[in-house]
Amino acid sequence: MEQIDFSLVDWSRAQFALTAMYHWLFVPLTLGLSFILAIMESLYVKTGDEKWKEITKFWMGIFGVNFAIGVATGIILEFEFGTNWSNYSWFVGDIFGAPLAIEGIMAFFLESTFVAIMFFGWKKVSKKVHLLSTWMVFVGSNLSALWILVANAWMQNPTGMRFNPDSVRNEMLSFWDVLLSPTALNKFFHTVTSAYTLSALMVLGISSWYLLKNREQILAMRSIKLVAIFGAIAMIITVITGDGSAKEVAKHQPMKFAAMEGLYKGQQNAPLVAIGLFGKPNPATPNKEEFLFHIEIPNMLSYLAFMDANAFIPGIQDLVHGNHEKGILSYTERAERGKMAIDALAAYQLAKKTGKIEEAATQLKILENNFEHFGYGYYFGRNVHELVPSVKISFYSFHLMVILGGHFLLLFIVFWYLEKKKKLEGKKWLFHTAIWTMPLAYVASEAGWVVAEVGRQPWVIQDLLPSIAAVSQIDAFSVQITFFLFFTVFTALLIAEIKIMLSKVKTGSQVIENKQETLK
Amino acid sequence: MKILKRIFNFYYDGFKGMSQTGKKLWLIIFIKLVIMFLILKIFFFKDFLNSKFSTEKEKSEYVLKQLTKTK
Repeated sequence: MEQIDFSLVDWSRAQFALTAMYHWLFVPLTLGLSFILAIMESLYVKTGDEKWKEITKFWMGIFGVNFAIGVATGIILEFEFGTNWSNYSWFVGDIFGAPLAIEGIMAFFLESTFVAIMFFGWKKVSKKVHLLSTWMVFVGSNLSALWILVANAWMQNPTGMRFNPDSVRNEMLSFWDVLLSPTALNKFFHTVTSAYTLSALMVLGISSWYLLKNREQILAMRSIKLVAIFGAIAMIITVITGDGSAKEVAKHQPMKFAAMEGLYKGQQNAPLVAIGLFGKPNPATPNKEEFLFHIEIPNMLSYLAFMDANAFIPGIQDLVHGNHEKGILSYTERAERGKMAIDALAAYQLAKKTGKIEEAATQLKILENNFEHFGYGYYFGRNVHELVPSVKISFYSFHLMVILGGHFLLLFIVFWYLEKKKKLEGKKWLFHTAIWTMPLAYVASEAGWVVAEVGRQPWVIQDLLPSIAAVSQIDAFSVQITFFLFFTVFTALLIAEIKIMLSKVKTGSQVIENKQETLK
Repeated sequence: MKILKRIFNFYYDGFKGMSQTGKKLWLIIFIKLVIMFLILKIFFFKDFLNSKFSTEKEKSEYVLKQLTKTK
């Protein structure tokens, strides 16, 4: 770009990050709690036990608070696409538009209809119709997530599309390739199962608080029994799909993969860093973060990425400086080829306008041959280290997410085991752990998005469009104003949610206290 | 008409019989939507390309110019 306003780029990025992270505070509980509600209500309909109905109603109240506060917070992101990221919005064309349009229609019709029946319909519709509505709220909210995550996955691994040099837009070649790309599938299942895990942890934590306070014993015990199993299964699937996602990252986003592991020098039999801590920056090596200490598991990274302990994993230096032995072009070479693609696009358009058909065909060929490097062209003549994401943020957020995931699984298993053995009573340390794990569930969930989004910087669309080219030429000051406006509005919403939810929890449910049942 | 009346009554009764918390949540939703659509969207989030250009060709030419400025 001629004159890049980094203040504008950075503020636009910060604003998107802020709104996306706040939005994600509300989404996972909706995705997961709707599933838990549907299971609870199914138990009520199947057994006819009124206690299950009251338990369902209590958690439905919690769901309602979260749903009401969170609803429409995602629309802000769509505003930002049109205002702050207009080059990007144009460039992605129908690839992004189609999934978002489907999401909008689906979310509106499914959720607005069935959420109303779920809340207002207890005495108005039959048991089965009500149950169907609850299941449809779950299906609707999760389908909404599917379309958003498909669009996000496409940005991480653009597939099923063709760039049209006449309209300067991407066009969808195959809807199914976009929808069913392994990146999209892994991302969807990893994200929604992590949301189920978070929701199970919220139910577990609130139920534990009741047990500590000797209140709502039936609600707490039945809820724990259900979500300990539900959460453990969700967490196991989160681990499996997380592994699948990491394999996709290794294939399509090697820089992100190297940053997640703090791997600078590529190697065969690459070890996995189990835990590590970076030291102070060394002025002698400004482009490298050094570990103060780290514990490695030999061969594990190569094995996890490619199911082969001997597989070569490129490091950050291999990607920046190239490794011709392994067929990796340096970023400088890619920037040159990207520049050729960008210049060819301009020359193609000019030749077409002036009626030079042969020249247009030649330039089009150059563009097609170099299109995979297109985005690198914006870094031609610049410091190619700008193409390296923050290694510290990528590494720490990834490892924090993984470590917390292990803690969650262990917690579910311990609850499951003790509940099965009827030994939960009096386990105050466990109840306290479950309560303190609730905020950690949000930390892990946000950390997952930080890995995904910070790790892929500077790409808005992997290898094709960096943020410096995607941003609109607007006044940075207006972005700053809206940044602080959003910060204020979203913080107020978050405080409202926490306050209303806490009051709802303190009020409790309508389930009759029955100590006997908890001890059985 | 009968079905429309039933739907109307369903929502009417639902809102009428709502708890204090429910009413508070609807107030929050209302304020939020006003801020988003009547303040933010109108004053701060105009669609950049739509506000500057009226045809697809003009938008395409503008984006092309932006994306090919690399020197």
